Amino acid sequence: MEVELRVRRYNPEVDQEAHYKSYSLEAEPNDQVLDLLNQVKWYQDGSLSYRRSCAHGVCGSDAVRINGVNRLACKVLVREVGQKITVEPILGMRVEKDLIVDMDPFWEHYRSVMPYFVSQEQEPERERIQSAEQRERFDDTTKCILCAACTTSCPSFWADEDYVGPAAIVQAHRFIYDSRDTAAEDRLKILAEQRGVWRCRTVFNCTVACPREIKVTQAIGEIKKAIATGDLQ
Amino acid sequence: MAIHHQHEVLIVGGGGAGLMAALYASRGADTAVLTKLHPVRSHTGAAQGGVGAALGSEEEDRPEWHTYDTVKGSDFLGDQDAILFMCEEAVPTVYELEHMGLPFNRTPEGKIAQRYFGGHTNNDSGKPVRRAAYAADRTGHMILQTLYQQCVKHEVAFLDEFQVMDVLVGDKGVAGVVAVELATGELHVFHSKAVIFTSGGWGRVWEITSNAHSYTGDGVAMTLRRGLPAEDMEFFQFHPTGIYKMGILITEGVRGEGGVLINNEGERFMDRYAPTIKDLASRDVVSRAMYLEMRDGRGIDGGRYLYLDVRPEIVNKYAEMDGRTRPDGSPYVVTGEEILAKLPDIIDFARTYMAVDPITQPMPVQPTAHYAMGGIPTNFYGEVIRDEQNAIIPGFYAAGEVACVSVHGANRLGTNSLLDIIVFGRECGRRAAEYANGADYLPLPSDPEDMVRKQLADLRAGDGSEKVATLRREMQEVMFDHVSVFRMEEGMSQAVEKVRELKERFLKIGVDDPGNTFNTDQLEAWELGCMLDVAQVTAVSALQRTESRGAHAREDYPKRNDQDWLKHTMAYQDESGVTLRYKPVTITKWQPIERVY
Repeated sequence: MEVELRVRRYNPEVDQEAHYKSYSLEAEPNDQVLDLLNQVKWYQDGSLSYRRSCAHGVCGSDAVRINGVNRLACKVLVREVGQKITVEPILGMRVEKDLIVDMDPFWEHYRSVMPYFVSQEQEPERERIQSAEQRERFDDTTKCILCAACTTSCPSFWADEDYVGPAAIVQAHRFIYDSRDTAAEDRLKILAEQRGVWRCRTVFNCTVACPREIKVTQAIGEIKKAIATGDLQ
Repeated sequence: MAIHHQHEVLIVGGGGAGLMAALYASRGADTAVLTKLHPVRSHTGAAQGGVGAALGSEEEDRPEWHTYDTVKGSDFLGDQDAILFMCEEAVPTVYELEHMGLPFNRTPEGKIAQRYFGGHTNNDSGKPVRRAAYAADRTGHMILQTLYQQCVKHEVAFLDEFQVMDVLVGDKGVAGVVAVELATGELHVFHSKAVIFTSGGWGRVWEITSNAHSYTGDGVAMTLRRGLPAEDMEFFQFHPTGIYKMGILITEGVRGEGGVLINNEGERFMDRYAPTIKDLASRDVVSRAMYLEMRDGRGIDGGRYLYLDVRPEIVNKYAEMDGRTRPDGSPYVVTGEEILAKLPDIIDFARTYMAVDPITQPMPVQPTAHYAMGGIPTNFYGEVIRDEQNAIIPGFYAAGEVACVSVHGANRLGTNSLLDIIVFGRECGRRAAEYANGADYLPLPSDPEDMVRKQLADLRAGDGSEKVATLRREMQEVMFDHVSVFRMEEGMSQAVEKVRELKERFLKIGVDDPGNTFNTDQLEAWELGCMLDVAQVTAVSALQRTESRGAHAREDYPKRNDQDWLKHTMAYQDESGVTLRYKPVTITKWQPIERVY
């Protein structure tokens, strides 16, 4: 079938401002939107630039806006989005070229929430014992691939780039609710600051945007509750 | 003029091996990691089923059994001293990952959970053993995330989106690397005492692959161009279960959880090919069986695919026939919910890409190019070897898929790749830091970026009469048709000839993008050059080996020939083509015997 792919283009070396360019392509209903971008790049215009790697939704490189919604280009098929497809860079980040945005602020927020395991306890010779239920408690937030689809769909983040954003909170959640970790209070202190969870207005865009189907808004809600009540169950 | 930097240890590649190396190297030396992606985008994250270690969480297991299974899986081409080292280190290293916070699934007692995987057995009974420590079906994701998190904690220095294009290496040692910064197009020279290559594999050489777009063999191509050998390149693994037409990996863990392969007659055919462990035979054995089924017209509707069936009623039917039990001795019975809980990502892939629900429908699958057993030769300290006498290059290390230790020999067992990256990544990191502490910087050549500048100028000098995408597609097709699961002299000769022709046509390619900012057009062209080098060495090495061993199965030489071919290939590239030499396999305990499952 014939598809019209409209892409927001911007090359800082030649363009004063961004513009849209349309490409008409022959596609299969099962083609990924990433396949369409590749078709343009490989056979029509090699200068089209975007990030991609695994091409099956696990590396998190290719978060873009497809018909106005944050998705991974490799996890959306033509049959889901129809024959007129608009692809734009994710919002709230500086565009470096075409669909490539500057991710540095995103990684800065990530690093600010202690996104790593901390334990003050003596390491056993073998594994730490953790029950299947304790492991299940934080399973959902271990799935995050740091694609930034959630953070860049969040109106609070668009309004204030100092807000750490949903992705960083998801990372903190993964450790706060891990029974083996001992730094939950430090992370809650960070997230109780002005740039932390209270910036969240429970819009649910993040939950809708997550390609891993993480219940992002719920995770943020649990942390708000933990800060308010001190209850970490 | 290039921008100059200096670090004692440089790591090229930010996947599991690179991050493990970084954690260890940075404890003792000034270390930086260069990656063409961002570390969490690395292909380690796509690994699914588990990491092999004889923890014995679920039942009796021993590192010696793991060692022998790996030797046998390698079709006796793996070096037995290295395999023993890896399998013994496996146990403390997997516990080390747990101590770093890795969220493994748990047994009812709270220990690390383990599942069945192909080729892993109880050596007394010959039956499958639960050896794959796992986190659902996203074990690689958890390893990559955990190691990156620890690197953040320990403030490891990263240079993301830097494409390394040359390593300044000679017989005396290594002086650094040359890289292009993708954001700006600028050339950078990194002066160092030690270099660790952890840049991954090259599945994109083939048409149907489970591998990422970035898996283009850069590491091996760079060392070949510096006159170093590539070892055992003819051995490339085809994983039995890729999503039909797309190649996306469906973990062997599906069969570990009781899934079976079914042909067009509704027959579970693996019991004809591997009567003892059936669907859990080694990957080379299963992929060959699938090819034979399809060749004999038993593909689904006569086509080039078969079914992988993990519907609970099918799992339970064959589990009962096989007398399969749970660790407590009760019969193995599963529900749809349990399958979903153990294999959530697989269910998601099937629903997203095939519109198939594996709980109620079988999945169409075909063998997919998956893993390079060969690569840059190293010893089991991770030191790069430059000749058949195992002479090392001081300060140069390699680990993970880019390296050939060789622990995988002619065929890798599932779960041993995640093990390889953590054990040998750590080894490289440790040793590179020690080396750097006792060594001086070698002087840089007078014009260190000379070769890269020439390569990039050549890419832009072509008349544009050839397209990167066209040449890449032709290479992928000829390699998939003739240098894949089954091979014949005629087909491989065609492949060698075709790749030679493609290399000539490569001189005429055009790069559309004249700019400097994120010029991924130029990058793809350079990567194609790497893949053509790798494809040529692979096809020439394969054509020369007149026997069948592991993943190298020849219809014209169907038997393994230990008399003539129990040896590693060492391939060198020069102006005139490829020169092959050979070196012996290290055998400590197990003489080769016939390999049956």
